[in-house]
Amino acid sequence: MQKFLLQGLLRRALTEQAPTPTPTSIAELGYTLGRTARQKLGRSLSIREVDAGSCNGCELEIHALNNAYYDLERFGMRFVASPRHADVLLVTGPVTKNMREALERTYAATPDPKWVIAVGDCAFDGGVYCESYACVGAVAKVIPVDLHIRGCPPDPTTLLKGLIAFVETMS
Amino acid sequence: MNFASKQIEAQPSPPTCLPWPREIVDRAGWLAFAESLARGERELLSLWGEPSSVHMAVLEERQPRLRIITLECPEGSFPSVGRLHPPASRLERAIRDLYGLRAENPPDDRPWLDHGRWGVRHPCNDPEKIDSASDSYTFLPAEGEPLHQIPVGPVHAGIIEPGHFRFSANGETVVRLEERFGFVHKGVDQLMAGASFERAARLAARVSGDSTVAYSLAFSQAIEAAFDVNVPPRATYLRALMAELERLANHFGDIGAICNDAAFALMHAQCGIVRERILREAASCFGHRLMMDRIAPGGVVVDLAQENVTALFTLIEWIELMTPRFIALFGDTTSLQDRTVGTGVVSEALATQYACGGYVGRASGREFDARKAIGYAPYPQLTFEIGASKEGDVDARVWVRFDEIKASLKIVRQILDEMPEGPIIAAWALPEDWTREGAALVEGFRGDIFVWLRIRADGVVQRCHLRDPSWFQWPLLEAAIKDNIVADFPLCNKSFNCSYSGHDL
Repeated sequence: MQKFLLQGLLRRALTEQAPTPTPTSIAELGYTLGRTARQKLGRSLSIREVDAGSCNGCELEIHALNNAYYDLERFGMRFVASPRHADVLLVTGPVTKNMREALERTYAATPDPKWVIAVGDCAFDGGVYCESYACVGAVAKVIPVDLHIRGCPPDPTTLLKGLIAFVETMS
Repeated sequence: MNFASKQIEAQPSPPTCLPWPREIVDRAGWLAFAESLARGERELLSLWGEPSSVHMAVLEERQPRLRIITLECPEGSFPSVGRLHPPASRLERAIRDLYGLRAENPPDDRPWLDHGRWGVRHPCNDPEKIDSASDSYTFLPAEGEPLHQIPVGPVHAGIIEPGHFRFSANGETVVRLEERFGFVHKGVDQLMAGASFERAARLAARVSGDSTVAYSLAFSQAIEAAFDVNVPPRATYLRALMAELERLANHFGDIGAICNDAAFALMHAQCGIVRERILREAASCFGHRLMMDRIAPGGVVVDLAQENVTALFTLIEWIELMTPRFIALFGDTTSLQDRTVGTGVVSEALATQYACGGYVGRASGREFDARKAIGYAPYPQLTFEIGASKEGDVDARVWVRFDEIKASLKIVRQILDEMPEGPIIAAWALPEDWTREGAALVEGFRGDIFVWLRIRADGVVQRCHLRDPSWFQWPLLEAAIKDNIVADFPLCNKSFNCSYSGHDL
């Protein structure tokens, strides 16, 4: 264990430079974020991830945001265990009918001010599952969405761009 | 592709399943199979429905290893397999929810995937509209004065999939865990029916995101079996390369996450680096970090460039260097061993009864691996050992994963050394004569994935059944956590890492 710890001290950090947000995500956010809310929260965000029917692909890439290369916490963003502690819900999946109520209740349990970021193509329009009897489809059909991050699944850099665009617009 | 069949006068003929024929049995024959499962003479691989028939796939010791049997049930019911052989029970409940076919005298007649919220009953067979509400669900009782219940989920605390766990606990000790699933049911069976095989392949790749390569491989193998397509040798090597990279990435990710659940963050951080480097290399080689949609019926859609071969060698060498260090870090950290040894034990008897695949089965003495048992290309040409243990605890499941990492590294090295040149996808065409059936059994990182499909000559899928290994692992988690403390549940759960999406479908 000492070897790992020593290396951690001596070696250069693996963490990479932050990507610059894309103009489209900034445009989508421009009108959704209230100025007051931005002042209240600054750059600090607590994120609650909600899987509303995803295949788990998006979760894997969201997980990667916590690894040494992306290190999400350096931007003041962190994942929290309860919606009660969250500012942002990161929702994935084509919202299955069996998860709809759980998603609505999670949203209701999140204190104001709150925002929703829909992650992945399924969360955008239902993706490959859009015609299913078992799915509602887009997250926006169930709760108001402030930003979409597309991809199947979006890679961590795309996720990071979207999240940075989000906080940049806030501060 | 073999075009011999096209010379024969094209006639609609009763489909025959390849490479394992499907046999029609009567009720007595069906029951005889169920009884042999109960006696442990055969192992249940899957059980699935169609509008007026049920099918069962079993594993046997003798050749052919796999048999598929069918019982016609126009009356809408069939003799329960679950009554004699408990591993079939949840599959029977799912058949009733989706196809409306009832198991007679089932051990458990509660719904499984259907929560009463779809607006229809038995959506895959003559759907009946209902007012959308939600059904009540009765959990199994646990009686005794000091007992209390802890409901967990469907929304969990981590970045994980949704499902519900109902703990009955006596103080800290779990007396009973009951799982309730179906929250991520997306109606894949019904979406598959009537889909072109291209769309069906995209659906199959999205059954469980962490096993997208394995699912694409299983689906493609079933199509290739049905249409008698010969995959070029180079494509089989590239497929195996993707499958092993997926296995490595998942095992590293999970070993880190298991240790993190025992509050050992150092291992989590280090394993996360390895996982990330594998995914980046996968993106550089094949254009997608998870290698989604890279395997197609007939072969693969991306070739491996020479500079990527060099980069892969560098990566493998680095992982080979790091792995013994991780093993030492895991084995020598006594505070970690204190949490993993003796925790969440699965008995060999249960693993065998449930024909439990993957590292969960192998850590409890069931050494089944489809790469060896079925021996699809190119694995018979490669040498590797599979992990084994009989301890059955969290610790054993981690050690088996370390064994699998070593095996995968060895396989990747052989693939890079021995990969033949040549085309990467077979030139094949739809046969345009009659409906075919195909099946495949592929080893994903989690265990064996079974696919059976019936496909029309114009490439439209009539029915595609995909069985995730989790079907036979989830029930064992209920057994593993019994008599452990509630706080050890995350550790046990992560050491299984079953799929919710693959199970709920």
